[in-house]
Amino acid sequence: MSAADRIMKGLFGIYFAAFFIYLFAPLAIMAAATFNASRFPTVTPWQGTTLEWFDALAADRGMWDSLWTSIVVAFFVVLVVLPVGTAAALVLTSLHARARSLLYAVMVSPLLTPGVVIGISTLVLWRQLGVGGGVFLIVIAQSSFIICYVMLMVAARLMRFDRTQEEAALGLGASKFMVFRRVILPFLKPALFAAGFLAVLQSIENYNTTLFVRGFDTPLTVYIATKVRTGLTPAVNALALIMIAVTIVGAVVYEVVRRRSRTASQASKEEQPA
Amino acid sequence: MAELYRRFGGGLGTIFLALVAAWLAGMVLAPNVMMIDYSLRPNLPPAEIGGSRDVYSLQNILYLANEGVHRAIFFKTVWASALVAFVTLVVCYPLAYWLAQNATPNQTAIAILALTIPFWVNEVLRTLAWYILLAFRGPLNALLLALGIIDEPVRWYGNTGVLAGMTYAYILFMLFPIYNSIESLEKSQIEAARDLGASVWRTHWRVVIPHAKAGIATGCVFTFMLAAGSFVVPALLGAPGSRWFTEIIYNWFFEGGDWNRGAAYALVLLVLCLTVVLVTLKIARVNLTDVAK
Repeated sequence: MSAADRIMKGLFGIYFAAFFIYLFAPLAIMAAATFNASRFPTVTPWQGTTLEWFDALAADRGMWDSLWTSIVVAFFVVLVVLPVGTAAALVLTSLHARARSLLYAVMVSPLLTPGVVIGISTLVLWRQLGVGGGVFLIVIAQSSFIICYVMLMVAARLMRFDRTQEEAALGLGASKFMVFRRVILPFLKPALFAAGFLAVLQSIENYNTTLFVRGFDTPLTVYIATKVRTGLTPAVNALALIMIAVTIVGAVVYEVVRRRSRTASQASKEEQPA
Repeated sequence: MAELYRRFGGGLGTIFLALVAAWLAGMVLAPNVMMIDYSLRPNLPPAEIGGSRDVYSLQNILYLANEGVHRAIFFKTVWASALVAFVTLVVCYPLAYWLAQNATPNQTAIAILALTIPFWVNEVLRTLAWYILLAFRGPLNALLLALGIIDEPVRWYGNTGVLAGMTYAYILFMLFPIYNSIESLEKSQIEAARDLGASVWRTHWRVVIPHAKAGIATGCVFTFMLAAGSFVVPALLGAPGSRWFTEIIYNWFFEGGDWNRGAAYALVLLVLCLTVVLVTLKIARVNLTDVAK
């Protein structure tokens, strides 16, 4: 190894360490600040270790209300996006190549639209119809782009679908509805679970779109952002810590399930005789 | 269409089509058409709507062009978003290259898991973390003071804070497309370049980067779009001197009370983002189908 190589290696090591410090230090500090007795969330100076901020969080009515609002929104979002996203994927895969790429471009366009613009356009349309901001509009606005993710995930799974299964079921006398219900839906189930999970996460964490269509309702992200203005205490950190813990557990479960189903499907493929 | 009906029958086929039509027409197309309509009309009291003064014009968009402060903020948002994309690219490229070419499969798996964890945490909380870190009496200033690097605390909120927070927020959107595109590069090509005497820089400039062009373009385009449309990062980490275009739009809606002008500004933002996305992808010859991966 030449000297130049060694220098490159050393530089890369420094960069690598810096990258991961950059990635985790802010989250670690935010988490640590939960346990500091200081009134403003920080770790410098450390004014004594305490758990009082968890009590303060539990006593915060506004937080519980906003959490409930977010849960209600996420519930209805899932109810909307799963059927529509699945339908979109099925329609897309039933089209010829040229029509498919055109429709595809239209279908992914919400992903290329800034979140604030989605919120604004939904708001002005529904005001014209006499509907103001609130939970209903949050659901509509969020769904309009979360459907894209569901569509992409379901379409990706459909690519691997073996159409001969469908023909076999039809040949054995199943109706077209039965084929959908008993063959296609079960095949899509893993993708639907994953998409549903992602939809809940996307819905709860959304801020840019939600901000414009919320009316007088306050979902969790809006509540947290408002707190920064009106008096931030480590109670918000306690909330952040809990949310981070829940999302990480969820993410790990999601990854494990996804990997297991992938290895399972590979194993079943290998078992089939060539 | 015929294929859809042949596959699922009349009932299911119609339901699927109806759902998709409701989504694309009712939730994607109609809102955007209404936003364009709004932005071309003047802001009038309810009594005058539909009256003789309610005519289409480019007034609201021209207002943006003529109002110096807003125009400056618009252009600042454009170049600052481009800067965010560039900085994110510089930060991510070496790691993406290492993951794709040098790391063992195990190292890659662990690193990718470690990278994804912060991104399961939502954007508001991630930004809040930076808000705490960069506070005037916060940990970063305390550390730099203790190390003797600075003599007095620095006010990080403002341009620096926004740049740091945005880069942080969009790392994955840059890292993964680049990683995917470098991964498909044959190792032997890099070795060949080295054996023929190319320096490290030259190998990257002439071999790796041209190969990864599509991934780099995709990453930059997404980062730019997300940065230009971001609201929470400038709202939390900005200062009065570093206002973002989305904040001006928000003010038209909820403080200025002029939705028409707000809609016009939002339309300008949308056109900007779509133009940048489509032109960049065209130049880099990337297909829209490949982007969503």
